[in-house]
Amino acid sequence: MRLSKSWIIATKDLKSFIRKRTVLYTAVLLPLLLSVLFPAILEISTRKSGGVPAADLPGLVNAFAFFYVIIPAIIPTPIASYSIVGEKIEKSLEPLLATPTTDGEILLGKSIAAFLPAIVATYLGAAIFMALIDSISYGKLGYLYYPNWSMGLILLVLAPLAAILSVEMSVIASARLSDVRSASQLGSLMFLPFTGIYLAGQIGLISLDTNNLLIIAAVLAVIALVLFRVSTATFRREEILTKWK
Amino acid sequence: MIETENLTKKFGDLTAVDSVTLRVEEGEVFGFLGPNGAGKTTTVRMLCCLISKSSGNATIGDYEIGNEADSLKIRKTIGLVPDNVGLYEDMTAYDNLDYYGKLYECTASQRKENIERFLKMLGLWDKRDVAAGAFSKGMKQKLAIARALIHDPQILFMDEPTANLDPESSKIVREFILDLKKQKKTIFLNTHNLDEAQRICDRIGILNTKLMAIGTPQELEQSVRGRTTVIRLEQVNDLILGALKKLSPGNLSSDAKKVTIDVVDPEKQNPAIVEAIVGAGGRVVSVTVVGSTLEDAYLKLVREAA
Repeated sequence: MRLSKSWIIATKDLKSFIRKRTVLYTAVLLPLLLSVLFPAILEISTRKSGGVPAADLPGLVNAFAFFYVIIPAIIPTPIASYSIVGEKIEKSLEPLLATPTTDGEILLGKSIAAFLPAIVATYLGAAIFMALIDSISYGKLGYLYYPNWSMGLILLVLAPLAAILSVEMSVIASARLSDVRSASQLGSLMFLPFTGIYLAGQIGLISLDTNNLLIIAAVLAVIALVLFRVSTATFRREEILTKWK
Repeated sequence: MIETENLTKKFGDLTAVDSVTLRVEEGEVFGFLGPNGAGKTTTVRMLCCLISKSSGNATIGDYEIGNEADSLKIRKTIGLVPDNVGLYEDMTAYDNLDYYGKLYECTASQRKENIERFLKMLGLWDKRDVAAGAFSKGMKQKLAIARALIHDPQILFMDEPTANLDPESSKIVREFILDLKKQKKTIFLNTHNLDEAQRICDRIGILNTKLMAIGTPQELEQSVRGRTTVIRLEQVNDLILGALKKLSPGNLSSDAKKVTIDVVDPEKQNPAIVEAIVGAGGRVVSVTVVGSTLEDAYLKLVREAA
């Protein structure tokens, strides 16, 4: 597989994504909104209850932090779903498939184009979130809560893995389905397992500490590898060209 | 250059292309004529390694269709103008070509040179910074042709390149194909348009799932046996018609001053026909033999297949 070929496809799709302003705003809006909303909720609830004890503050903040695993699982879905189905709708898939480019190179290029906006938007939102939390919590804790190892693990390992899994699911869905909406809906199901982990953490079934986050990361990495194999196996040129109308 | 032997494609129980054997020489413009659903697009897709063959063999140059290792080499060697242009409508004409130039592994200088060359040849250079979505159908078709040529392939597959184009755009595309022919490009042209095939193609294959006939346009015209002899007379009467019927010719029709007779071999049959008319007291004004056309050959073969 030649990465240069995938990068050509990815840059073209990224430029196209930037031109589609509504998709761009949707992708950026969610993490930005949540990044301001979470600290605001914390600040408001702190004022009403006369202030959260310093000992409870890390637990509350950590509950919000896991959303930065869920967000990158949501953002790439519309972009990735459009990746194959969109080409088919525009009838541009046949000339693309006629070029000396392998299925793997095409799929990787499409995946990169969906992954990068998701991860950039997530990092942007996380940076705002961490800065606001630090400004709120510094007075109570006496130290800057962020950056820390747990958030580092979330942003550098779990968030990219969540984005990769979401992209792969969406690409698999878009290679099998013939309309963007169905592909997007199927791909969007990927945020459910992460929401499940989050809820399990909140009701005390599992602890979202650094050790468990590492275990979750390892499991996600294995699933990501399996899904990439599945995505290349389910991408059937012939079926796409002859059965899609 | 392009060679197939019993090339077959089945979709489940449906045979889309049945045992097609043909050879297209280097520099030749080969036309593939056939009705909708005849298997023309399927054949092109097999030859472009877009879909697999069910059986038979096919080669493009030294590379074999169906051999995974050869597929990328074949796709690098050929250009495809699909029946749907499939341009990126939000990208400019220049960017569309540049993107494909990169995918075809052209260097930056090759891309620059070829984009300028082909856009100028097709009269689109002034529109290079306009989004493809703003183009007319004809302009889009020309841009799709430029895209297929961006890596300067030796072999070009064109699937209905003038379908849905206005006469002026069709003419420009046809003239461009003839220009490519002068450059010794090998062109495999799928078309419905008999006139276009006759004007452009060196040889024509008539396909209706099976390859019904193959040859030059002239050979195909001559392959349809039978002609029509039209004899103009000063006056047609029962005596003349009676004399003609005694000759047992083919289908005979007449009006007050004209007799039309289907004949198999006009050179042998017409003297006897004229002799019979004159013998019956008729005065012959003119004798015309109407030959069969490519359209006759096409329709006859397609109807026979049906």
